[in-house]
Amino acid sequence: MKTWVYIDHFKGEIVPASWEAVGVGKTFGPVTALVFGSNAEALAQAAFEYGADEVLLADDPALADFRAEAYASTLTALATDANPDLILLPTTFRAKEMAAMSAIDLNSGVIVDATALAADGDKLVVTRPIYEGKLQEKVVCASKPQFITLRGRAFPRPAREAGRSGTLTKVAAKADAKTTVEGYAAGESGVSLGDAGVIVSGGRGVSNNPSLGLDEKETAKKGFELVGALAGVLGGAVGASRAAVDAGYVPYSHQVGQTGKVVSPDLYIAAGISGAIQHIVGIRTAKVVVAINKDAEAPIFQVARYGVVGDLFTFLPLLTEAFKKKLGK
Amino acid sequence: VKIVVCIKQVPDSEAKVIAKDGQVSWGESPLVINPFDEYAVEGALQQKEALGAEVTALCIGPESAKDALKHALAMGADSAILVSDPGLAQLDTQGAARILAAAIQKIGGVDMVIFGRQTLDSGSGLTTAQTARVLGWPMLALAGSIKVDGNKVMVERVIEEGKQTISANQPVVLSVVQSIGEPRYPSFMGIRKASKAEIPVWTMADVGCSAPAATVSRTELMNPPSRDIPCEIVSGSSPEETADLLAEKILAEKIL
Repeated sequence: MKTWVYIDHFKGEIVPASWEAVGVGKTFGPVTALVFGSNAEALAQAAFEYGADEVLLADDPALADFRAEAYASTLTALATDANPDLILLPTTFRAKEMAAMSAIDLNSGVIVDATALAADGDKLVVTRPIYEGKLQEKVVCASKPQFITLRGRAFPRPAREAGRSGTLTKVAAKADAKTTVEGYAAGESGVSLGDAGVIVSGGRGVSNNPSLGLDEKETAKKGFELVGALAGVLGGAVGASRAAVDAGYVPYSHQVGQTGKVVSPDLYIAAGISGAIQHIVGIRTAKVVVAINKDAEAPIFQVARYGVVGDLFTFLPLLTEAFKKKLGK
Repeated sequence: VKIVVCIKQVPDSEAKVIAKDGQVSWGESPLVINPFDEYAVEGALQQKEALGAEVTALCIGPESAKDALKHALAMGADSAILVSDPGLAQLDTQGAARILAAAIQKIGGVDMVIFGRQTLDSGSGLTTAQTARVLGWPMLALAGSIKVDGNKVMVERVIEEGKQTISANQPVVLSVVQSIGEPRYPSFMGIRKASKAEIPVWTMADVGCSAPAATVSRTELMNPPSRDIPCEIVSGSSPEETADLLAEKILAEKIL
């Protein structure tokens, strides 16, 4: 099976799920990685070190900013020449946008958010969650190339082998985008929810501590500091329920659940989150869920492996301290 | 300025959705406008107020999907069109995009097309990009705000890495995210107007497009493996001991 893998990056920072896609691609044979950007040779080298056998590098100032139209046209031109059977991509907005457009050009189909793949000849049967994870479906793409985006953390990440090399082929960019990127403001730094192995999330409960004598927002700020401290010790990301985001405690980028991000961490700690269905669907694939809530009847306990009935303002600092000691931090 | 907002009807997010005899079943739960599309309608109505734009809601679906269009009308959309055809039972995202593009061309003179960022059912989030590609119009996706200055549309694109300012000239295809603003509630007058509205139904012949063959098709539908793990309530003699016990248990899972 002729397999291509798109390496997604933002301003040279590679989305780690791209390596998971390389790892999956290797199970079908040699992998050709696609690296698009400007001054992107270092990214091509990284692709070799994660297992790519060949890299098609479109290195062009016109590709400096991701613009779906130009990236898609570049991919379409390459695929038209080489006829790959399969194009794997990480599930990111960028990769989805470009696969979506290129699939229109090539009159083929895109399958998004694969959590398992099985080869049936040179066709892949893809398992993916639908209805926010309430159901799963198996789907196939009848045409070629089969564009498949892989859910982050659903597949193992290959180890990096320093100094490994392969065949580098420079290819032409098709810079036909009609959009202009005029500016960029970086978001908060920190671990992104999609890639996080550990997520500590806060909900409405983080504003519930009358003993502080503060207003709602100030209390929530204190509460999220405690959430952040625990996430920090565990090397994880900070998440939030929709209620906490809607109340303005933290920005939308932290939202986990139906209208936020669907996450798959190894450990998910929900503090002061009651567990509305819209939140639960976002954490269904977490390995271990821990719930901390004052209300023993909160639905979050029904999906948790471990629960603590108690006040997060008391408990989170104690848990942070306990981990600090045990992890030698 | 003429705006088309594309919406879909889906089972309510509170619905218990299960696989039953190989079909998706949502029991007695209602079908509603896709919640992400309410933000798209909101974004369109904001432009209606700012620019005096005319807003048309467009939906592919069965006759019953008129209810979703009526919700858009009740929120303030000026008109609505349903594309419905027996040939559309098996539609993948590419097919949907080709039909939407054909309907948008038939409406004619459209300056902006607005989508929600994804649907709650299949949730692929591909249709915005695919519709833009079929139309050959620039795409401004994941807009948290929209500014129109003459022919130029500028949006704040909300991505994981931060916010980008991107722009393109009309006609454009956009998708919006929640930061566009909470969708307004339908007004009493709006609901009255919507209940009386006659919504035209276009067939494939009307939009001048044959039903595209699906390239992506489902071979199996499954309920997710159940996670029958009872919750263990951790409780020590003091909060300190509870914290210690919980940390031990988490470390014993060997996931850190």
